[in-house]
Amino acid sequence: MVADSHAVVSDLLMGGNGQALVAVEGLTKRFPVSKSLFRQASSFIHAVEDVSFSLAPGESLGLVGESGCGKTTVGKLLVKLIEPTSGQISFRFPSPDAGSGEAVDASTIRSADLRAFRRQAQMIFQDPYESMNPRRTIYDTIAEPLAVQGVGHLTDRVDRVTEILTQVGLTPAGSFLFRHPHELSGGQRQRVAIARALVIGPSFVVADEPTSMLDVSSRTGIMTLMQNLAQGLGISYLYITHDLAVARYMCHRIAVMYLGKIVEMAETEELLGNPLHPYTRALLSAVPVPDPTYRRDRPDIRGDLTLPINPPPRCRFYDRCPVATDHCRDNPHPPMEEHGPGHWVACYEA
Amino acid sequence: MISPQSDQQNFSREPPGIPESPLVDLHPGRWQMALARARLALRSFRGGWAIFVESRIGVLSLATIVLFALMAISHPILMATVWDAEVYDPVTGYAFDRLDHPAPPNWRHPLGTDPLGRDVLSQLLSSTRSEFVLGITAALVTVGIATTVGAVAAYYGGLVDALFMRLADLIIALPGISLLIVLSALFRLNLFYLALIIGILGGFGGTAIILKSQALSIRVKPYIEAARVAGGGHFHIIFVHIIPNLLPLSLLYMMFTVTGAIFAEAVLSFLGLLDLRMSWGIMIHTANTGGYLLGGTRYWWLIIPAGASITFLCSAFYLVGRALDEVVNPRLRRHTS
Ligand SMILES: Nc1ncnc2c1ncn2[C@@H]1O[C@H](COP(=O)(O)OP(=O)(O)OP(=O)(O)O)[C@@H](O)[C@H]1O
Ligand code: SF4
Ligand SMILES: [Mg+2]
Repeated sequence: MVADSHAVVSDLLMGGNGQALVAVEGLTKRFPVSKSLFRQASSFIHAVEDVSFSLAPGESLGLVGESGCGKTTVGKLLVKLIEPTSGQISFRFPSPDAGSGEAVDASTIRSADLRAFRRQAQMIFQDPYESMNPRRTIYDTIAEPLAVQGVGHLTDRVDRVTEILTQVGLTPAGSFLFRHPHELSGGQRQRVAIARALVIGPSFVVADEPTSMLDVSSRTGIMTLMQNLAQGLGISYLYITHDLAVARYMCHRIAVMYLGKIVEMAETEELLGNPLHPYTRALLSAVPVPDPTYRRDRPDIRGDLTLPINPPPRCRFYDRCPVATDHCRDNPHPPMEEHGPGHWVACYEA
Repeated sequence: MISPQSDQQNFSREPPGIPESPLVDLHPGRWQMALARARLALRSFRGGWAIFVESRIGVLSLATIVLFALMAISHPILMATVWDAEVYDPVTGYAFDRLDHPAPPNWRHPLGTDPLGRDVLSQLLSSTRSEFVLGITAALVTVGIATTVGAVAAYYGGLVDALFMRLADLIIALPGISLLIVLSALFRLNLFYLALIIGILGGFGGTAIILKSQALSIRVKPYIEAARVAGGGHFHIIFVHIIPNLLPLSLLYMMFTVTGAIFAEAVLSFLGLLDLRMSWGIMIHTANTGGYLLGGTRYWWLIIPAGASITFLCSAFYLVGRALDEVVNPRLRRHTS
């Protein structure tokens, strides 16, 4: 299995231009189910299991899956909010004097390096209500990355915050600086969250369902804004969402996750037009795509998503899979295999 | 370069009922920033005040505290103007105009004199200042320690948390007043040391546990993770994000600590264990050692003024705390609008 994932990664890297901004290999995160100071945990939630992918500069990758499948965990691992149980993440951020720099292994980034890392990798959080300190003003919230990193003097920071507020469409910027988050609408707060992530000029941003808590009318605005900013500033997103339609709009490529595993990954149109994994097909049959030329089968999946606590060593989707065979039951989780150019699927029956 | 497009109209519209922003200038400098922050602080104070005044008991209690504060200020003024130190000094004075000490209230001594011929009103007023000094010092020490300990224990968890919490358990398990009695027997405790000891016991004890449990709920908020992604270190997160969100609760426990400190002083002074010049507790102690406490209401001016002051000031601080609870804790707020 390990050998397989290695092969996949090197292929992915070779398949691209060999200069991935972010490369993830065999990423695994297990949370102990009951942790105590004196007792070793016996069960683990396998939140993320042996996940590999890479992201080219300026590219946006969609991470799609049901609630609880481990999307946020992948995002937090990538910005080093939590450390992986095993696996590797490496970054190749552009160096200050143009051109891409050296590839850096994330596990070696510590203290002083971490500061520099935080200038390059940022995250937009899932919940625009809870991800802002209610006692701090919008200025304080957005200027925080600049302030803790010691970027510029106070007046420089005010100018920078004013500029980014204008860029995210909160104008006149001056009238927002000294508001508190509770005085803003959900859409406005999400714009503030975007401004905070972008104010320090990162090249990689994890966007964790930035539109899921908003009403439909605010969504398109935020999505358009993020698109424009990505193009204008050359940012790569790992765009996390449970909605394939959103991913289609936002991302060049899509990776579909199921219970901690990536089960299928391809260019957006290829994945939507030619889904090979039974889970992707099931997801697609639940999304209304306003394009009559899409042909799709409608496989039904049974049951609900379960918690991946000490999962049995077989295909994670086995219990709900409509096309499962005895082969699937008796073998470990299927490895990722390339079924077309850049189209990777983990399924014995694909 | 980037044009926030048509959707902008939907978002730049202000939600209804937003108070006018204190800053509209597009490129504010240092001064405007400071000014805007000051206005913001004033605004949030006004908001809190508006909720506080809805509580009648709170306002009444605050008025009581102000009254006592005026009493405390009045003593040095009276001593400097109308009161002769020979007669009216709370400790060394002697009322030569009477022979029947303790004398009942009369024109020259509105609350009478004590068994040693000293003016009771002067004693009462001069004690008020010590009670404030004691109560507020103890409260500041308690809350300073408890807030820091609570935030640090909640943030780091693990061994740090376990150590602080066992220490807190230990302090809670010790009977507070008896411990103070032992300490005051061993050392000569003056007002400052008493305040310090009460502050330390409270700060590492129960108050720390309460503030820690609040800090725990703050620590898991997504904005803490957002601060880490922004590059904030441990110090930044504890002092910029956790502690400011603890402060309202801290303020509340400051009020309760004042009550506890004044009460503890009264008990210790009554037992004659403190090295104080004068206090409400000492006034009752003096009445007691003279055997006047058993005389029922006959010598009421020796007991009632000091006893009532202790009761009123203690309850006033406690009730202000309860009223603040409604400001701090929106769930307790009654809806009146
Ligand atoms: N800190 C943690 N401790 C223990 N378990 C965790 C922790 N964080 C996440 N998990 C578990 O890991 C699994 C994946 O969680 P994650 O938040 O990554 O899901 P998600 O795909 O982002 O879901 P959603 O769409 O609801 O946000 C879940 O089963 C969750 O309960
Ligand atoms: S490997 Fe088997 S069980 Fe798993 S998704 Fe494919 S067909 Fe279904
Ligand atoms: Mg999530």
